Amino acid sequence: MKHRTFFWFFLPTGLAMLIFIAAPIVSVVMQSFFVPHEAVLVETENCGPFGCTKSVTIDQEATEQLRANNPLGRFAGLDIYLDRGHLAVSEVAEAWRETDSLGAFFSDIGDLPFYRALAFTLTYTFVVTPLLIALGFAIALAVNSLTQRLKGVVIFFSLLPMIVTPLVGSLILFWMIDSRGVLGTLIQYLADDPGLSLKASTSLMWGALITYGVWHSAPFAFVVFYAGLQTVPQDTLESARIDGASRWQQVWYVIVPHLMPLVTFVALIQLMDNFRVFEPIVGFNAAAHATSLSWIIFNDLGGETRQLSAAATTSVLTILGVAILLSPVLVRTWRDFKGKA
Amino acid sequence: MAAASARRRPAPLVLLSTVFLILWLLAAAFPFLWTAWGSFKVELDFFSITDWTNALTGEATENTYGRPFTGAGYFGAWIQEDFWRAALNTGLVCFFVVCTSLTIGTLGGYALSRSSHNYVFWLLITALIFRAMPPITLVSGYLPPFFQWNLWGHLPTAIIVLVAINQPFTLWMLHSFFQKIPKDLDESARVDGCTQFEAFRFVIIPVMWPGVITTGLFSFLLAYNDFAVTAMLLNENNRTMVPKIAAFLGTTYTEGNVMFAVAASVSAVIPLFLLVMVFQRQIVSGLTAGAVKG
Repeated sequence: MKHRTFFWFFLPTGLAMLIFIAAPIVSVVMQSFFVPHEAVLVETENCGPFGCTKSVTIDQEATEQLRANNPLGRFAGLDIYLDRGHLAVSEVAEAWRETDSLGAFFSDIGDLPFYRALAFTLTYTFVVTPLLIALGFAIALAVNSLTQRLKGVVIFFSLLPMIVTPLVGSLILFWMIDSRGVLGTLIQYLADDPGLSLKASTSLMWGALITYGVWHSAPFAFVVFYAGLQTVPQDTLESARIDGASRWQQVWYVIVPHLMPLVTFVALIQLMDNFRVFEPIVGFNAAAHATSLSWIIFNDLGGETRQLSAAATTSVLTILGVAILLSPVLVRTWRDFKGKA
Repeated sequence: MAAASARRRPAPLVLLSTVFLILWLLAAAFPFLWTAWGSFKVELDFFSITDWTNALTGEATENTYGRPFTGAGYFGAWIQEDFWRAALNTGLVCFFVVCTSLTIGTLGGYALSRSSHNYVFWLLITALIFRAMPPITLVSGYLPPFFQWNLWGHLPTAIIVLVAINQPFTLWMLHSFFQKIPKDLDESARVDGCTQFEAFRFVIIPVMWPGVITTGLFSFLLAYNDFAVTAMLLNENNRTMVPKIAAFLGTTYTEGNVMFAVAASVSAVIPLFLLVMVFQRQIVSGLTAGAVKG
């Protein structure tokens, strides 16, 4: 295809991505280096027969002028990155100096909003991903041995947790696990502790969020692995069987190696997607026990005071996190491309 | 026969796998059934502290309304709280997002699949990076210009933003679908004197529908399920269903509102239910398209 033709074909989608993805990224990075102007204050002295009083008022005109001259705000350099709401460098250094054990250090760090969110986001990402792969693989193996007619029905129901809106799905689970819900009652009964409640227990809340994550994403792994199982070479299985491999050995030495590229694919996709965990925290009303990077951004942007600079800084840090997770995918794509060329 | 008997699985294994599947199906489907059933009750039954069987029998509902079922949650959500408007907005957003993103996505995806220049690779890589970006990280970049130019809060703004966020995924998917359509097809049309666009229009468009429908399904799901972007970019009147459900929860925690949220959630799941029923095959093939290939 000629460059010219390519250009015209690609122009609409290219423009859309340039204006609404590339430009906002630049704008977010810029915003993270600037803070809004403070109002210009003027001090006036009112003198009367009973002495002088000083009063401070906002000079509206000068403030407007300043904002119009520098719409980005005051240049702050890395200040926002290092402040308490983000990397909190001075707080971390202080905690390092004043605590005497690693445990105490980490619990101090855990009170800082950014690290609290980062801790949950990373835990969620790296716990949910392996679990959903294992669960998806087990479902795929079980479904694969069903008769044709049953398969359709089972696949239909298995797709539901993944297709359903994340916020709605997490609400539906939350209403059941909540202390007044049916599963919550069951948990209280099993633990023999009528006071046990999702709202009061951090570990229970983390467990519930992770359960939601596995429930929501396992169908994706299942579908991918199920499709992969259809392509397992029957000859290899046959010869393994003739050599006397047990069923477990067939799975471990023939099927798992065959599916390994798919496992990598699912793992990479899910690592990226779980890193942006957000809706379940809103749905489970979990902010008191668990926050995530995306949730912090949302929280800063919402409400009456839209803290754009703070949100932009967290956004940049989140994008950096995604970039680290994405790098193996990029290397892989690069190798595929080189292999093809 | 011998092979078949060798493959027959021992009874304990069959039992184990059946029990496991039943457990999984319960986990996958039971929450929906339970919530759908409970949406016709009052809150005291849906969250029953005294006795969980009340959620099944609807004792408090019977005391209030004289029947074990009530449509009060649905009436409150749809009529009183104008959930119908949110449903309408979601319909509009999804329709325009799917149409626009498929139109520009097909053109772009076709161009990417038919060009072998070096920049194609870099464009695809850029799209991949954009696809990995959580959409919420872009929102603080949208807000200042949208406020300044009075674009904030309107449906068309949200539609365009969702289209753009959709593009990277759409491009990747359509790119791989177009690669499966033989190049000879449009090349022979070019030899017969068609321009590239005519070749696309008369030769490719008639055969591209399976791939386009599958991609459209995923665009639809992205627009329908979005919370972060629509919640941040739409004002109260233009809210779509998902932010509206979140708003039911956020307002003061009165008895009615939780049940409004329950009823609204069930209403929002029904279209997805039908979608999976009709398009199960396309969804499965779409999910595996990227995976099995690479």
